Amino acid sequence: MESLSKREAFFKNEPPTAKFDPTTRDKLDHKMDKEKENGHPETSGKAPKELDGYVGFANLPNQVYRKSVKRGFEFTLMVVGQSGLGKSTLINTLFLTDLYSADYPGPSYRIKKTVQVETTQVLLKEGGVQLRLTVVDTPGFGDAVDNSNCWQPVTDYIDSKYEEYLNAESRVNRKTMPDNRVHCCLYFITPSGHGLKPLDVEFMKRLHDKVNIIPMIAKADTMTPDECREFKKTILNEIAQHKIKIYEFPECDDEEENKLQKKLKDRVPFAVVGSNTLVSVGGKTVRARQYPWGIVEVENLEHNDFLALRNMLVRTHLHDLKDVTNNVHYENYRYNKLASVATKGKEKAVGSKELNLETAEDEDSGEKYYSVFFSLHKYGI
Amino acid sequence: MDQPPEARHLKLNGHVGFDSLPDQLVNRSVSQGFCFNILCLGETGIGKSTLMDTLFNTHFDSTPSKHDLPGVKLKSNTYELKESNVRLKLTNVDTVGFGDQINKEDTFKPIVDYINSQFEAYLQEELKIKRSLHSYHDTRIHACLYFIAPTGHSLKALDLVTMKKLDSKVNIIPIIAKADTITKSELQKFKAKLMSELMSNGVQIYQFPTDDETVAELNSSMNAHLPFAVVGSTDEVKVGNKMVKARQYPWGTVQVENENHCDFVKLREMLIRTNMQDMVEQTHSRHYELFRRCRLEQMGFTDSESRSLKETYELKRSEHVATLQKKEEEMRQMFVVRVKEKESELKESEKELHAKFDSLKKQHADEKKKLEEKKKAMDDEYNLFQKRKAATIASQQAAQQAAQAATLSGKGKKK
Repeated sequence: MESLSKREAFFKNEPPTAKFDPTTRDKLDHKMDKEKENGHPETSGKAPKELDGYVGFANLPNQVYRKSVKRGFEFTLMVVGQSGLGKSTLINTLFLTDLYSADYPGPSYRIKKTVQVETTQVLLKEGGVQLRLTVVDTPGFGDAVDNSNCWQPVTDYIDSKYEEYLNAESRVNRKTMPDNRVHCCLYFITPSGHGLKPLDVEFMKRLHDKVNIIPMIAKADTMTPDECREFKKTILNEIAQHKIKIYEFPECDDEEENKLQKKLKDRVPFAVVGSNTLVSVGGKTVRARQYPWGIVEVENLEHNDFLALRNMLVRTHLHDLKDVTNNVHYENYRYNKLASVATKGKEKAVGSKELNLETAEDEDSGEKYYSVFFSLHKYGI
Repeated sequence: MDQPPEARHLKLNGHVGFDSLPDQLVNRSVSQGFCFNILCLGETGIGKSTLMDTLFNTHFDSTPSKHDLPGVKLKSNTYELKESNVRLKLTNVDTVGFGDQINKEDTFKPIVDYINSQFEAYLQEELKIKRSLHSYHDTRIHACLYFIAPTGHSLKALDLVTMKKLDSKVNIIPIIAKADTITKSELQKFKAKLMSELMSNGVQIYQFPTDDETVAELNSSMNAHLPFAVVGSTDEVKVGNKMVKARQYPWGTVQVENENHCDFVKLREMLIRTNMQDMVEQTHSRHYELFRRCRLEQMGFTDSESRSLKETYELKRSEHVATLQKKEEEMRQMFVVRVKEKESELKESEKELHAKFDSLKKQHADEKKKLEEKKKAMDDEYNLFQKRKAATIASQQAAQQAAQAATLSGKGKKK
């Protein structure tokens, strides 16, 4: 996609605050004109109108690109798992930065009597793109002797963020609403090799229709590839058995991309190893864990699935996670909240990823209520 | 929940890869397709349809309208355009009959109503319980091209009034139509006069944004050329060795895409190539928000700390339910009263019927009795008659016998 490379060039060659170069724009114009003269405009299945020359709205994606870069991005990531599973190390490895350090210790060092939900906000900048990353962690999760309801603070937190957004959206005077909703939850599974623990199942069952869950197998260097494969199969079977809906990476339009992505998609749940120490392997310095018997490279797909996780999570589907949160999970929450008001407390757990809400009388009456509401006001009631 | 500490700036020790975020966003919007709605406002015959055809390099089906329409009507047509993998759903709203009436006081009303109804539709969708905003076909007007007649003097009164009514609802881009009737020097004066008039009357026209460094310079230089003087044409004329869009006059050829001849290229550049997305965003974040705020306040919602939208909604709902219940009560009362009335009516008629039945029965019984009496009387008479008859016969027989006996005895005596 030549437009893609143009955008990359735009940001790679020049410093972030470069002015838009009119000469490159002219080049693009002439290229387009030539296309029009030589070739013929595409005809899609729906046969949209053919244009007899270059109009220029093909520049719309660039306009969107420009505006989004100016605005910056924000993302909230939640990490859940028992202490000592390597969550902080993985986050540091994933974002190649010292989110958790001696001054800002990870969740395993901050365990209190009850499960807490705490957030850390960092501003990252790469290639001119600014990302405000909020990492939510849950120190104390699953660490007590009695872990009943240890997911309650987590669900409460997620719901409170949705509530905040709903209130901000429903105000009469709306300003730009910061999006603090949790976009993704990385759930760390202990590498027992046997299957999911009851706590894992309970947690996922309660959160799968509130947030995008990506299950991960922590400390994957304790399992051989065969054990890992078996473990993944068991986990996926149990997930299907309990009807837990984990986040599904969507299909891509491009065939080639699809094939590449499928290979990575098949590795869910991702078995990851994290490390921020550099070790020199075969002439290169890579992130790795050094054992007496060998070196586990973090960014080697044969050693673990870290690259798959990073590529799918950060490089390809970061925005899709936000979209699914906004279009599916948030809408579910909003629907349940408002429908319970309209039909007096009858809450329906609606939700599948495709927003396949079954029609029921409640919904119709709720919708009808709003339209009645409006027409009443039209007539001054 | 305690407030998180200030966001820290962290340096990255390598290439993470989230710089592809804008690309991800772009991919999604390209696959979704774009949507743009233009409203063309201007007198009949000023060149609106021609300009649209010229801008988008295609022929939109439109028939030129006459001057005798009694009011202003809006016609909207939606077209699916595609240019190198970018799909655009363009809606062109044309006004017919604008400025044709003798009394033009109400000219702007249908237009304002149309714009408001598009906002209303979006607001309704946004307030629904079950909504699908991401697949909603946005019909809100993103840009309004206001065609000013090239008189060379100043704005017409109708123009001022209409623009004043519309400037808080839509992005207005004023353009001088049929610019091939004005010379360069006249044009300078005209533009200056127009802009000063607009400013002195407080009309907020759309200014190209200058906050993004990549296009700030371009936009601010274009802002100085407002309003654009355009010429539209779909006819092609051979100039030099190329076919260009132009209007051919006996005294020369006005080339549409020649920046020396008119500002068409500037308009196309600004409207389509550089600021289309910004206009969509301004419509949503400024004009729509203003409409929404007014509308919600009109409906009685406020942002007071004690009540959120949900609570106000609940309150209104309980009020509404109470009204409904009252109405239901009333209806039920009325129903009961009516039923009672009908019941009493029916009872009355039942009574009447019974009475009638009784009297008839009595009549019947009376007549029967009479008949029986008559019959009895007749029977008596008959019996009497039979008796008499029998008696007469008997006496006749007796008499005959006596006579016979007498004759016999008489005969015996005679011997």
